Amino acid sequence: MSKQINVALIGNPNTGKTSVFNALTGLNQKVGNYPGITVEKKEGICKLPRGVKAHIIDLPGTYSLNASSLDENVVIELLLNKNDKDFPDVAVVVSDVENLKRNLLLFTQIKDLEIPVILVINMADRMIRKGISLDIDYLEQQLNTKIALVSTRKSKGIDELKELISNYKELSVEPCMHASEIDKDYFDGLRKAFPNQLLYKLWLVITQDVNFGKTDRNEIDPVANFKTKSKADLKRLQQKETIKRYQFINDTLKKGQTIDLNTATDLRIKFDRVLTHKVWGYAIFLIILLTIFQAIYDWSSVPMDFIDSAFASLSEWTKNVLPSGAFTNLLAEGIIPGLGGIVIFIPQIAFLFLFISVLEESGYMSRVVFLMDRGMRRFGLSGKSVVPLISGTACAIPAIMATRNIESWKERLITILVTPFTTCSARLPVYLIIISLVIPEGRIFGLGYQALTLMLLYLIGFGAALISAMILNKVLKIKSKTFFVVEMPNYKWPMLKNVALTVLEKTKSFVFGAGKIILAISIVLWFLASYGPGDDFNKAEDIVAKEYASQNLSEEELQQHIASYKLEHSFIGITGRAIEPAIRPLGYDWKIGIAIVSSFAAREVFVGTLATIYSVGNDDEDTIKNRMAGEVNPILGGPLFNFASGISLLLFYAFAMQCMSTLAIVKRETNSWKWPILQLTIMSAFAYIVALIAYQVLT
Amino acid sequence: MEVTLAHLKRGERGIIIDVSSIHIPLKLLEMGCLPGNEVELVQVAPFADPMYLNVNGTHLAIRKETAIHILIDIINE
Ligand SMILES: Nc1nc2c(ncn2[C@@H]2O[C@H](COP(=O)(O)OP(=O)(O)OP(=O)(O)O)[C@@H](O)[C@H]2O)c(=O)[nH]1
Ligand SMILES: [Mg+2]
Repeated sequence: MSKQINVALIGNPNTGKTSVFNALTGLNQKVGNYPGITVEKKEGICKLPRGVKAHIIDLPGTYSLNASSLDENVVIELLLNKNDKDFPDVAVVVSDVENLKRNLLLFTQIKDLEIPVILVINMADRMIRKGISLDIDYLEQQLNTKIALVSTRKSKGIDELKELISNYKELSVEPCMHASEIDKDYFDGLRKAFPNQLLYKLWLVITQDVNFGKTDRNEIDPVANFKTKSKADLKRLQQKETIKRYQFINDTLKKGQTIDLNTATDLRIKFDRVLTHKVWGYAIFLIILLTIFQAIYDWSSVPMDFIDSAFASLSEWTKNVLPSGAFTNLLAEGIIPGLGGIVIFIPQIAFLFLFISVLEESGYMSRVVFLMDRGMRRFGLSGKSVVPLISGTACAIPAIMATRNIESWKERLITILVTPFTTCSARLPVYLIIISLVIPEGRIFGLGYQALTLMLLYLIGFGAALISAMILNKVLKIKSKTFFVVEMPNYKWPMLKNVALTVLEKTKSFVFGAGKIILAISIVLWFLASYGPGDDFNKAEDIVAKEYASQNLSEEELQQHIASYKLEHSFIGITGRAIEPAIRPLGYDWKIGIAIVSSFAAREVFVGTLATIYSVGNDDEDTIKNRMAGEVNPILGGPLFNFASGISLLLFYAFAMQCMSTLAIVKRETNSWKWPILQLTIMSAFAYIVALIAYQVLT
Repeated sequence: MEVTLAHLKRGERGIIIDVSSIHIPLKLLEMGCLPGNEVELVQVAPFADPMYLNVNGTHLAIRKETAIHILIDIINE
């Protein structure tokens, strides 16, 4: 095996590191025009010229090596730990040609670590528009590095970059400036005390606490105790260091870069005058949200109906074509309806992801952060919490990860805890099918009742998130310094390829992720529903025949009674009826009960579970929806899914914490079981109570 | 009275003269909020909080609680 070159992509947020990563590795990691899209290390392989391979690491963006939030800290931990298996042989600093000055600050710091550095100046396609020209030779000489001028949008400069990476051994490891001049005495003392260590690394370790928590520093632990300066003095020194670095950068760019302001055109100002306006800004945000809901409803109904009936016929076809037997039944009654219960939602989920990714790619997300910050602070959240709350409508898992760029731990923790209230795409299947069963079809002001109900459910989700945030803000006694700085990136046309890829990847992982669980659950359910213990199940034919002997039933009716008698005495029927007393006051029967219990693995299995249970022993093929509409309340008569039980179910799903993966991610992000357990119990208990009240009031 | 960023009106510009208060996060300096740099108030949210700034070409938003610690000279045109 030849040795791989370790390459780390480092740079300010939103400079296009992930785009460069994707261009080098051919992978499709998520890209977006919002600082903080990447929050953890991502890895890939790149083939270089002459058969060499490089191991590429994409990192979260950071403004400097002085971390102030968790995602930034990932970079520092990697660079300070020479023993890390990913420790880079060469660092590629990715910068944005429009923000070169600010981007170079980090570059000069990385240079001080004395590792080989390549400077990528990305977004070169925007130079003409912005009237920017660069003297690359001069910059290379001043910065003591090699520069690749790249545009990932136009696929330019990537080959040159690969060439530079494969020749990394020729790069100079000399710093390009001398930051330690800001306090000669102090740094000389430091150098004498630890002659074997790199001076800048020592300085980073010493100052790390000032801005953020711990770094893994076993390697040079005693350094942390080198306290000849107070915290305030250290901070002042860091300020001096920053100013010093900027002086160097300004001097360099004065000669190396010219910007012709006359040719620079900027749409930002015109857009921002409206989009961040005190009144129009909010109005437009609301209109965007309304459009999304209407679109999810109206645009996807045709493909959904098609998918629904296609699966019903597929199931029937399987039954007719394959030889009858247990396997055919499992396929036709368990697996196909179960999968149908998830595939049917592809159109809606795809639309949702489409909208979210366009919002992220255009640069609009930061404007929402700006508009909402003050309002959110009232609830103990930050403007930055809006992004997890919005992307939580797709899935809580990436949303919770996206909280990593919130600087204050308290604001971040509260955001993590309340994000599962937002209506994620897994709730959508449940909502949609129940809404279509219990809410009439009329329209008001051009908006369908059903679409409005859906919107109301989203609002309830956000409302629950905000109110619980407010309570948590009062209850949690956590002191953490809060500050808030968010970059407002320039507007960009969403790149079709990026949007399409995001939609495709996300939809795919939704379908396959959920598909796996659903497949497993439907198989288990089918077995439990098709077999049962004792005589009640095995001699069902005789028992039912005896019971109805006097009634002169047709053969078909008799078969139906037998099937439902069997189902009730199958393993699943027995379990279902055991839990029935707990859910009857909510207006559900035991079948819904089973669906709810299996939903604690993942909500989206609700529809599939019902589909499986209903299919067992039922010969005429029908769509899931028609089957649900046909269910009769065993005690009260009338449809089982009526207004009262429907609303009760909707509310239960709105509040209950039914997602194992989310609990696991909360455990990982908070580093304790306390928070996920709290979420699970409080949210679910609350859901039960609300559903109970709703049903009792409405019947 | 000291003039701070919070005194700027929308569309006005100023020159930053001091950012040494301990209430100013280092991150802000790193993003270019340095003495001598020009700052423009691009837009304000309701109650002038947060504030959307253009500092030497970098666009960012900060809260008022931070803005009141950044000393500036207002440029009168
Ligand atoms: N015009 C232009 N836009 C680009 C180019 N490369 C990337 N972008 C856009 O810049 C934005 C940021 O790209 P990302 O690759 O997500 O940036 P990042 O550095 O990984 O961002 P974080 O992970 O948030 O730190 C996206 O909207 C991209 O479409 C380019 O060469 N030209
Ligand atoms: Mg990224």
